[in-house]
Amino acid sequence: MAAKRVDPAANAAAFIDQDDIHEPAHDRNLWAARMKRDAAAKAIPEWEDLRTIASLIKEHTLTHLDKYLEQFEANAIKRGAKVYWARDAAEHNQHVWNILNERKISSIIKSKSMLQEECGMTQFLETRGITVTESDLGERIQQLDNQPPSHIVMPAIHKTAADIAQIFSKAIGTDPNNTDPHYLNEAMRQDARKRFLEAGAGMTGANFAIAETGTFVVCTNEGNADIGAAVPRVHIASIGIEKILPKVEDLGVFIRLLSRSALGTLATQYTSHFSGPRKGGELHIIITDNGRSKRLGMDDFWHSLKCIRCGACMNTCPVYRRSGGLSYGATYSGPIGIILDPTFDESKYSELPYHSTLCGSCTEVCPVKIDISDQILRWRKVMAEKKFLPISRRLAFSAAGKIFERPNLFHGAETAASAALKITPHFLLYNRALNPWGRHRELPHFAKQTFREWFIQNKQQNQEDKQQP
Amino acid sequence: MLIKGGLLPALRMRVALFIPCYIDAIYPEAGIATYELLQRFGVEVDYPLHQTCCGQPMANEGDQANSAAAEKLFVENFSGYDYIVGPAGSCVKHVKQHFDAIPQTDEVKTVRANTWELVEFLHDVLRVKAFPWAYFRYKASLHNSCSAIRGLHIAQPSEHMAPYFNKSEHLLRMVEGLELVSLDRPDECCGFGGTFCVTDEAVSARMGLDRVHDYVRNEAEFIISPDMSCLMHQQGIARKAGIDLKFIHIAQVLNGGPF
Repeated sequence: MAAKRVDPAANAAAFIDQDDIHEPAHDRNLWAARMKRDAAAKAIPEWEDLRTIASLIKEHTLTHLDKYLEQFEANAIKRGAKVYWARDAAEHNQHVWNILNERKISSIIKSKSMLQEECGMTQFLETRGITVTESDLGERIQQLDNQPPSHIVMPAIHKTAADIAQIFSKAIGTDPNNTDPHYLNEAMRQDARKRFLEAGAGMTGANFAIAETGTFVVCTNEGNADIGAAVPRVHIASIGIEKILPKVEDLGVFIRLLSRSALGTLATQYTSHFSGPRKGGELHIIITDNGRSKRLGMDDFWHSLKCIRCGACMNTCPVYRRSGGLSYGATYSGPIGIILDPTFDESKYSELPYHSTLCGSCTEVCPVKIDISDQILRWRKVMAEKKFLPISRRLAFSAAGKIFERPNLFHGAETAASAALKITPHFLLYNRALNPWGRHRELPHFAKQTFREWFIQNKQQNQEDKQQP
Repeated sequence: MLIKGGLLPALRMRVALFIPCYIDAIYPEAGIATYELLQRFGVEVDYPLHQTCCGQPMANEGDQANSAAAEKLFVENFSGYDYIVGPAGSCVKHVKQHFDAIPQTDEVKTVRANTWELVEFLHDVLRVKAFPWAYFRYKASLHNSCSAIRGLHIAQPSEHMAPYFNKSEHLLRMVEGLELVSLDRPDECCGFGGTFCVTDEAVSARMGLDRVHDYVRNEAEFIISPDMSCLMHQQGIARKAGIDLKFIHIAQVLNGGPF
């Protein structure tokens, strides 16, 4: 059965209407991240060149993916890692389960991984009796609140400190009235310590995987991935096939771009390279496709695979900032979510491409130059062709199409519209269900005389005189 | 021959005026100002009477079938002109960059290439150096639409790292008496977005209100834009919120009216 269609406009309206605190704070915090990003980018004279180079490296890699993936696999195995291939979420989760089950591991600690999120891994493992603990602070907050991350880099950015104090008071017994971030952070840090020590395996994702060395790189600001990979004996890493870079020297370009784009910082606090298992430990790498090959074959959309998950497009997106990431009802939110999510389920996410003003700022900030805004428009064409548009919208535009193609009908309709506006009772125009324009806006006044009428009255004679031979 | 004001040599080019449908019906004064302004520079302007809409509203919905008819008619109306000038960035951007619901014949390609937004036409083609007739004694803020900035590149987007330029601002600085005030978020989208403004009403209205508050914080009295569609939305929001701001098309300021 088809999944229920997500309605981002209604979800965003609920986010805005809940109170006068959350949406303004969300907008302010993310705008601040965008401003920090601008300052960090401006400090590098070759910023735009870096973006171009990064984009070209990704294009090259994505068009030679088979070669680089096999090279990465061979080199990772040489370093002692065990490598698995997963075609989809089910295979990915099965690999993880097999590794844990064979070793009788019942609890794991994990750092942020959008891929594991995509695969619904936590839920899959929990139903099999595994205790899964998120170690990234934002992810942990979301886990305790039973919500998915609302932002790629800042998973709980839609929450206030007061929200978090409530969640922590229930989960780990902090004072519900103490909203001091340092207090809350320290309390969670202490709670996490014992979980790191108890975990039978640590799981991470990867930001980059280097083909020539078989090394992968994980970037965090909390060092949580490092503890997770260093304390338990078993380290499992989930890596999407698009994370590959050919050479170590390529990495410098991306490290310079990633954190500057994400948060306006020069680099993440921790940029850790994992090259084979540590002494006495095990390293398992699950190279996962989960729809990426299919996306690679889509002429209009394969460039979205260049994404390095920095979140810059979300921070700059004026619609995302007012909506909150959960409004997108998907693993990925914001502009990048709009172009990735429909590749997983076109019907369920058919409304997402319309949750955009097409302002284009996402395209300009993207560190790997994905033409996000143009892809959003192209997704609309796909949705319209496949008749996913709501029927009311389809009928309205079909009528408009007929009017605009016939000048006489159009000029008649103009007069009718202006006459109708003059006599329509106020309550009809300002009723939300009937006319969404009017809830927050006054209607424009139609002019007494259109430009065309003015022209015919005042200028047409001149034009005709001129055109005489 | 010199034109009125003696600013430019006469330009022997065939220019057609493209007046988008909502300007025709709601803001005819912006159309009149554009027509008069071009004439002041000695440009002979035709106004093809059978024009309707460029098809953007349908195309932005992804509805290629219904935008095709409008695009076909647009090409019929505007074929054969050296320049097609429209006082609306988003409509011009649509023609130039997304006009692909119909087969791309040479005629279609020529019409698309010859279509210009008013500010870029004044700035890049006519290379206007002065508006001696214009006088505007107000504190005003400029609103360039996103289509004009990131689509047509009439200004440097704030998030793109390259030297600053802003063609609308450059023209407005030639107007005597006008004081331009800057904004906290100079090129943040106002939330109009075409059909977005009704299908995503809550977000659209919040974006518009934030934009209007930015003007108020920075004490603008007038908002000037090359895109009346953004202003239609912002004006509606300001009026509903009881905020006294005036919204006006850039052609009216540069032409010295009609107001």
